[in-house]
Amino acid sequence: MTTAERQLLSGDDAVALAALHAGVRLGTGYPGTPSTEILETFDRLGGHAQWSPNEKVALEVALGVAFAGARTLVTMKHVGLNVAADPLFTAAYTDVEGGLVVVSADDPGMASSQNEQDNRHYSRAAAIPTLEPFDSQQAYDFTLLAFEISERWKIPVLLRLTTRVCHAKTIVVPRGPVAGVAEPRFEHKIPARVMIPAYAKPAHHRLRTKLAEIAAWNEAEGPIRIDAGDSTLGIVATGISAVHAREAAPEASHLTVGMTYPLPIERIRAFAAGVERLVVVEEGDPVLVEDLRAAGIQAEGKPEMYRFGELDVARVRRILAGDTSPEAVPPKGKPPELCQGCAHREVFQALRDLDCIVAGDIGCYTLGVLPPFSAMDTCVCMGASIGVGLGLRHALPEDQARRVVSVIGDSTFVHSGLTGIAEMVYNPPATGHLVMILDNGTTAMTGLQEHPGTGRLLDHSTTNKLSFEGIARAMGVQNVQVVETTDKSLSLKDLIAELLAKPETSLLITRQPCVLAAPKIRFYDKAAAESARGHTCSAAVAD
Amino acid sequence: MEKVKNIVIAGLGGQGVLTASDMLAEAAFRAGFDVKKSELHGMSQRGGSVSSDVRYGEQVLSPMVPAGEADVLLILEATQIEINRPMLRAGGVLIGPDLLPEGALKNKKSLNVALLGAVSTVLDIPQEHWMAAIYANLAEKLHKVNDQAFAVGREAALQGSIAQH
Repeated sequence: MTTAERQLLSGDDAVALAALHAGVRLGTGYPGTPSTEILETFDRLGGHAQWSPNEKVALEVALGVAFAGARTLVTMKHVGLNVAADPLFTAAYTDVEGGLVVVSADDPGMASSQNEQDNRHYSRAAAIPTLEPFDSQQAYDFTLLAFEISERWKIPVLLRLTTRVCHAKTIVVPRGPVAGVAEPRFEHKIPARVMIPAYAKPAHHRLRTKLAEIAAWNEAEGPIRIDAGDSTLGIVATGISAVHAREAAPEASHLTVGMTYPLPIERIRAFAAGVERLVVVEEGDPVLVEDLRAAGIQAEGKPEMYRFGELDVARVRRILAGDTSPEAVPPKGKPPELCQGCAHREVFQALRDLDCIVAGDIGCYTLGVLPPFSAMDTCVCMGASIGVGLGLRHALPEDQARRVVSVIGDSTFVHSGLTGIAEMVYNPPATGHLVMILDNGTTAMTGLQEHPGTGRLLDHSTTNKLSFEGIARAMGVQNVQVVETTDKSLSLKDLIAELLAKPETSLLITRQPCVLAAPKIRFYDKAAAESARGHTCSAAVAD
Repeated sequence: MEKVKNIVIAGLGGQGVLTASDMLAEAAFRAGFDVKKSELHGMSQRGGSVSSDVRYGEQVLSPMVPAGEADVLLILEATQIEINRPMLRAGGVLIGPDLLPEGALKNKKSLNVALLGAVSTVLDIPQEHWMAAIYANLAEKLHKVNDQAFAVGREAALQGSIAQH
């Protein structure tokens, strides 16, 4: 894959290939559509990639790699950057030694997400230089460029992708491995890395100086594409919107911005001066248009209705025509559902039969909200099931409080559930509480990734395994039970009812492998057993 | 500039929609065209509606086929025809699962490849690139059955009438 001249690659695969060519020492992340394939491909190509418990830890590990002087890539979906925001904002103050590139894969239109937040706001809020590719070639080129910028200015760089860049396949001509990537080596650089106020104050000034220099670089030689056309209409666009715009208005003049923070504002001003009408075409929030207006450039944005959902060629045509008439509603397809044979089905059946108030979480099991179960009452973010469930218990009258259950998946529990359990033990509601971990042995919704509870690494080889029941007992949860959902001698409904009746804290783990993952898990287990036997034999021979 | 060819493939999760679009995109890629392929596949394995866009030509810009501009609409599941019909342009070609005679396939899982055989009769991609693209996306033990499926679909399209809409 690394030598062919011309390849058909998804944006995710292109980022992975570029990471390999850039000499990335370690890739970290947490699975999340549409970013998941980046680390999987990086691993398949021979790179070293790891799933972390969550995005915050992934970014912190990467920051350590960068302080060690090696190149590192961190991948996550847009909401993952909320989790990683704490290290991100202060990492920006530090001097990274090896290149640190953070990939945020946004999901405008919410193909598989709980919101459509626009992470270009993070570029501005955290002061992180940001590159936005419009196809796989740019995803490849901008990944390499991001490492150069990161190391030249010792600053983390954000590579902001969107669903249609991540998952669209387009043609890439790779450049091959980069020469002269530095070897890791530790040097004490205390004021550049220890963010106590005495060091952070000058660090903030340094950050603003870096950004001013990067803005000047972007003005002089940043990745800007100009397609000169008719001077009656000029379009400024970024990311996937740029190719929609070029198709929607082939006769117009187009300026496509590659580095969208800090902006090459003078080059945009010069472009604006050469056209009669300037329109900014951007998906999501009016970020770019507001920046241009703040700089005194007269630019038209899009009507408010186009803030919602993805853009496409037809919608860009409507934006350019100022058309705000109602859009045709696309016919509804068949919604996804819990697979036949999925153990989650029995859980939601029982919760529905018991008329429970269910604080839900993020994963396949969120589909329990749909008919025929309709057995989920809240779903906000990773781990929220536990806190929200406790809040409901604290506030509701006793007869309702007793019916509240928090439902969370295994991967989500590791990601953000542990602190929720600490809260439950520390501030137990008067009626107690019941948390259920629906443990299907994989991160199912994103495509069957491993996590610290599976006992397998990103490449499915064996590692240490977290014990959820052991953790809960150690933390002081009063009742900890584990059931196999396939155990027909047991009534799940009765067990839940029994735990709900106790004014105590309870954790119930229902365990059955995901039906899609089960054959693969059997294969990994067999491979691990054979490998263990192999080691025993060779050890015996060695003895 | 030559007009871009637009193909939309649709069906239900698990039917091989995405594999079929990978094969089509790869065939066009091998034939030397610019190609873009796009879909939403976050929930594709959970039995819901799935569709994928493939565009090829001298230069492709947006990776998404605009509604009403598909030259070919390939449908793997009859219930998905109506919800995808707005994608088809006037005079475009609709190829559905009913094109194949009952029991024509040795393995029902090769429906996607059989219908690609039908699609191959209306696109300007040489046959050798089709076969190479199909093989590249399947395990070797599946090559033979899919060879036959492709031929069955191609033959059905050449014999029968493909509906122009």
